[in-house]
Amino acid sequence: MFKPSALSDWTLFILFSAAILTMPIWLAPLGANYPDLMQKFAIFGIFAIGFNILFGLTGYLSFGHAAFLGVGSYTAVWSFKLLTMNVIPALIFSVIMAGVFALVIGFVSLRRSGIYFSILTLAFAQMSFNLAYSVLTPITNGESGLQLTLRDPRVLDAAAGVAVGRSLPSTNLFGLKMSGLPGFYICAVMLIIAFFLSMRIFRSPFGMMLKAIKSNQTRMAYTGFNTRPYLLAAFVISGMYAGLAGSLMAVTDPLAGAERMQWTASGEVVLMTILGGAGTLIGPVLGSAIIKYAENIFSAFNTSELRQIFDFMPDGLQQVSVAVSSMFVGEAWHFTLGLTFMIVVIFLPGGIMEGFRRIGGLFRRSDAKAGKVESSAAAAHS
Amino acid sequence: MDAILLQILNGLDKGAAYALIALGLTLVFGTLGVVNFAHGALFMLGAFCAVTLNRLLTISTKIKDESVTFFDAYKEVPILEAKFPTWGPVIVDYSVPLAILIAIPVMLLIGLIMERGLIRHFYKRPHADQILVTFGLAIVIQEVIKHSFGANPIPQLAPDGVAGSANVGAWFGMGDNIVYPWWRLIYLGFAMLIIGATFAFLKFTTFGMVVRAGMQDRETVGLLGIDIQKRFTIVFALASVCAGLAGVMYTPILPPNYHMGMDFLVLSFVVVVVGGMGSLGGAVLAGFLLGILQSFASMTEVKAIIPGIDQIIIYFVAVVVLLVLPRGLLGRKGVMED
Amino acid sequence: MTDKKQADTQVSRRNVLKMSAGAAAISGAPMFFTRHAYGADYLNNPGDASSVTLGFNVPQSGAYADEGADELRAYRLAVKHLNGEGDGGLMNTFKPSELKGNGILGKKVEYVTGDTQTKSDAARASAKRMIEKDGAVMITGGSSSGVAIAVQGLCQEAGVIFMAGLTHSNDTTGKDKKANGFRHFFNAYMSGAALGPVLENAYGKERNAYHLTADYTWGWSQQESIQASTESIGWKTAQNVLTPVGAGDFSQYITPVLNSGADTLILNHYGNDMVNSLTQAIQFGLRDRQVDGNDFVIVVPLYSRLMAQGAGDATKGIFGSTNWHWSLQDEGSQAFVKSFGQEYGFPPSQAAHTCYVQTLLYADACERAGTFEPCAVGAALEGFSFDGMGNGPTEYRAEDHQCFKDVLVVKGKENPSSQFDLLEVVEVTPRAQVEYPVDHPMFDGGDLGTCNNGV
Repeated sequence: MFKPSALSDWTLFILFSAAILTMPIWLAPLGANYPDLMQKFAIFGIFAIGFNILFGLTGYLSFGHAAFLGVGSYTAVWSFKLLTMNVIPALIFSVIMAGVFALVIGFVSLRRSGIYFSILTLAFAQMSFNLAYSVLTPITNGESGLQLTLRDPRVLDAAAGVAVGRSLPSTNLFGLKMSGLPGFYICAVMLIIAFFLSMRIFRSPFGMMLKAIKSNQTRMAYTGFNTRPYLLAAFVISGMYAGLAGSLMAVTDPLAGAERMQWTASGEVVLMTILGGAGTLIGPVLGSAIIKYAENIFSAFNTSELRQIFDFMPDGLQQVSVAVSSMFVGEAWHFTLGLTFMIVVIFLPGGIMEGFRRIGGLFRRSDAKAGKVESSAAAAHS
Repeated sequence: MDAILLQILNGLDKGAAYALIALGLTLVFGTLGVVNFAHGALFMLGAFCAVTLNRLLTISTKIKDESVTFFDAYKEVPILEAKFPTWGPVIVDYSVPLAILIAIPVMLLIGLIMERGLIRHFYKRPHADQILVTFGLAIVIQEVIKHSFGANPIPQLAPDGVAGSANVGAWFGMGDNIVYPWWRLIYLGFAMLIIGATFAFLKFTTFGMVVRAGMQDRETVGLLGIDIQKRFTIVFALASVCAGLAGVMYTPILPPNYHMGMDFLVLSFVVVVVGGMGSLGGAVLAGFLLGILQSFASMTEVKAIIPGIDQIIIYFVAVVVLLVLPRGLLGRKGVMED
Repeated sequence: MTDKKQADTQVSRRNVLKMSAGAAAISGAPMFFTRHAYGADYLNNPGDASSVTLGFNVPQSGAYADEGADELRAYRLAVKHLNGEGDGGLMNTFKPSELKGNGILGKKVEYVTGDTQTKSDAARASAKRMIEKDGAVMITGGSSSGVAIAVQGLCQEAGVIFMAGLTHSNDTTGKDKKANGFRHFFNAYMSGAALGPVLENAYGKERNAYHLTADYTWGWSQQESIQASTESIGWKTAQNVLTPVGAGDFSQYITPVLNSGADTLILNHYGNDMVNSLTQAIQFGLRDRQVDGNDFVIVVPLYSRLMAQGAGDATKGIFGSTNWHWSLQDEGSQAFVKSFGQEYGFPPSQAAHTCYVQTLLYADACERAGTFEPCAVGAALEGFSFDGMGNGPTEYRAEDHQCFKDVLVVKGKENPSSQFDLLEVVEVTPRAQVEYPVDHPMFDGGDLGTCNNGV
């Protein structure tokens, strides 16, 4: 994992799959092995992997990827409302719909590059968010978010004679309920597929082409080569990943809210990717897991829990420890997050993956040179 | 007609705020080549300079309200006002404009520290890294302010003399329906002054000339033996003062809270990009343009034709401008396109 | 980093269970996160454990962080009182009450907290953590209707009780009502019904109102309610203008008011939007104006003391409504202000009050039901009438899980005697006047559905 040259892609893939599938076990000591958080790990992993296909390979920094996530969610919930509670159509329609949106937005935005491209994608996403929150409320249910109701038609379910009780139906995969662990496993399987595809793309001639565009687009253009279709393809693929992530959010929890499309949500995936290591295969997944972990676990500590944790200490020391640590957790978890961003970027320019690489390098002095090449390649994105 | 004139005034006023924030942002882009996501936080810090000064001036003796027994309820009598009844209240009344005097050294210092301690090490780093580190810094600053001042907005009053509205219409003999708050007019004038001063400084001083040369071609200027580094530090500090002053003067219009910077961040980026990266004139032009368009888009007559247009107008204009003019209104080739 | 260790000590007992259950769950048994494998008849049944866990889900970041912090203080106080510590607060005045001060059903009350960030997704994630990881039997909190509705929906699906905190939209107990969700706070319709007569007394029948409304569901429902109520007293509605949430500068929406011929401005805003729009409206000199011989007035239908602080002097003399205010002199309010004030050194906000009361109501319902089972607790809450909680006689209506009680009409105080003395109670509008039928058009279209025990 630390040195692609030493590990074949297949080994990496198998290790990755095993790590993902056994998450309920090895996350237990971290207190993170409950279904919702594991689902979030997988879903945001997919989102970040998709984002990385665009940003990591081509260097095009999209600031509006959350729009596709939102589109995916809305499409999935509408599929649940109108067609069936089965998740398969929801997943398919969401990916297609996000792809269509990405095609349109990408077609326009890719006419520009650099920060101009970033602002164009940001503008489209903010327009989607603002409209979804207000004017488009009939489609999105605005602030309250699009939810299932007892009065939904669900034509396919109705045709199949599924009984409608007085309680809301839950999403299912041919009868298997998609909440809790089964919900995690479908996300995990999707993540593994997404990871595999991304790996294939990274290694394919298409991926090479994208990297070439990143290193010098002008030169590519001089050779009479039209880069736009390649970029657009990358943009659409990464939009479809976001759509898949969005629909999985709806699958595990059938609600779609407008704030999923806000610029802060787009910013979050950028941060996840850079934090983990843009342009690396594993980095984005790691980055997303760290941010989601901080958001869900760090934010939950309150002083009474901290006091319990430092119970073993003598009184005075306990108070100091509680006071110090409460500056970083609970309602101050944003502070920790900001500090983490700074520390990682200052000391590990290539993200956490570079940290691993450096640690790996310490152990393998002889390979240090190769590691250096790798890391500078990873750091050369912009 | 009155309504349209008023919306133009609104637009100018909004534009002044956008332009003032965007000015510093684009200056840092253009000279240092740094994407500073903490610029909004500097704006917010400026606002809190005003809050702090006001707090200091109104340090009070607390007279307990005896009718409340369960906790300490008290009426605050500012010591300054009690001790010096003649000029004490005047000082407190003018705390917002006085805060400018505090904000200039404070923001200068913060700018210097930020540039020396952090930004300088990121000149050669990819923009993505710059974004992440300055975004992290912005969050840290925000949380510190939240910790010290709470999350609720803290009202700041304009001086009594200019707290009301001016009858602008009467000045031009156009009836009584065009009234506009004094403070907003002052803000507009103040913004013009700062913008003008910045332009004059860059245009007419040797320092400014070197900086402008550095914006064009940093390496060559460096080769000439000029310590461009030192000048860049000062530029960053100046940008931070600009943002800070914009924040101080904005407090009577918008009671400051800890995340006001983040609210302005995205908007000011859009302004900078629409104006053209690194173009000072572009930022100012785009600021006023977007301000005025936003005001017009908010009119009921316009919203009746295109529902929700006020929600998206800024972004819509940004898309159109960038598609028609690849580098924004006044952008130069080659800036931030890598 | 020590977080590994922290988390470990914290949840190790559960983890052992979970890990073994996890293995079972892989093979398709979905019930792995109920803590007691045998005879679990509802989600997170504490069984014979000595404690029970409640989940407090409040905004700790974003615009409502201060309100959230106050809610959390109230929850901590309620837990203290339920466990028999402190002076007991409202437990002494709440009747009829089965609470004994020995926890709930003899189990010590513990709690977990989370940050909603005032975002539906974050709030649901946080609530899920409490349910799935910490084993909470009840979730409570909220400072925004969108979030409350989202979390209420989640609790319905998961099968735990949701006791709504501050949420004012009609939809929470209207279009989006749920069998597992209960609201003590009042709503937009009640604000309108209470304000109407007071506004008529103060400003007469001949008014022309201009509405600025936050462009989302809560804003719309509030505007609709106020418009209906003011039109019934003879006012005209000049215009309703929707404003984007978080607009910051409202000048472009305020200047058209100057030329509209309206003599009343109604601000259907809350939070920062309300602080900003009110401050700016006053800067534009609206209150110094005269229109056809009438003094121009501003009304802010939903008031909160915390927000009034943010708007400063601008709130003086402005009418609005509130669920509760610390200056009330009844026994219950006094008891609550006393224990809250002595604990924290300042008076509680209306958000704190409703959260505290909700916690006690839930605990009492568990005692009466003799179980934590959501359906039984829900049944105990339905139609429950009580008194002594600071709002006078109150009833949880069975049909929509909305509390019906008196509503306060307040006014920004002209001469505050202290830093907390910002609002004065103008009138206590009796319950009968704010009551509405379940199928009232503003609340129509929802269905409680059946309660869900989560198994």
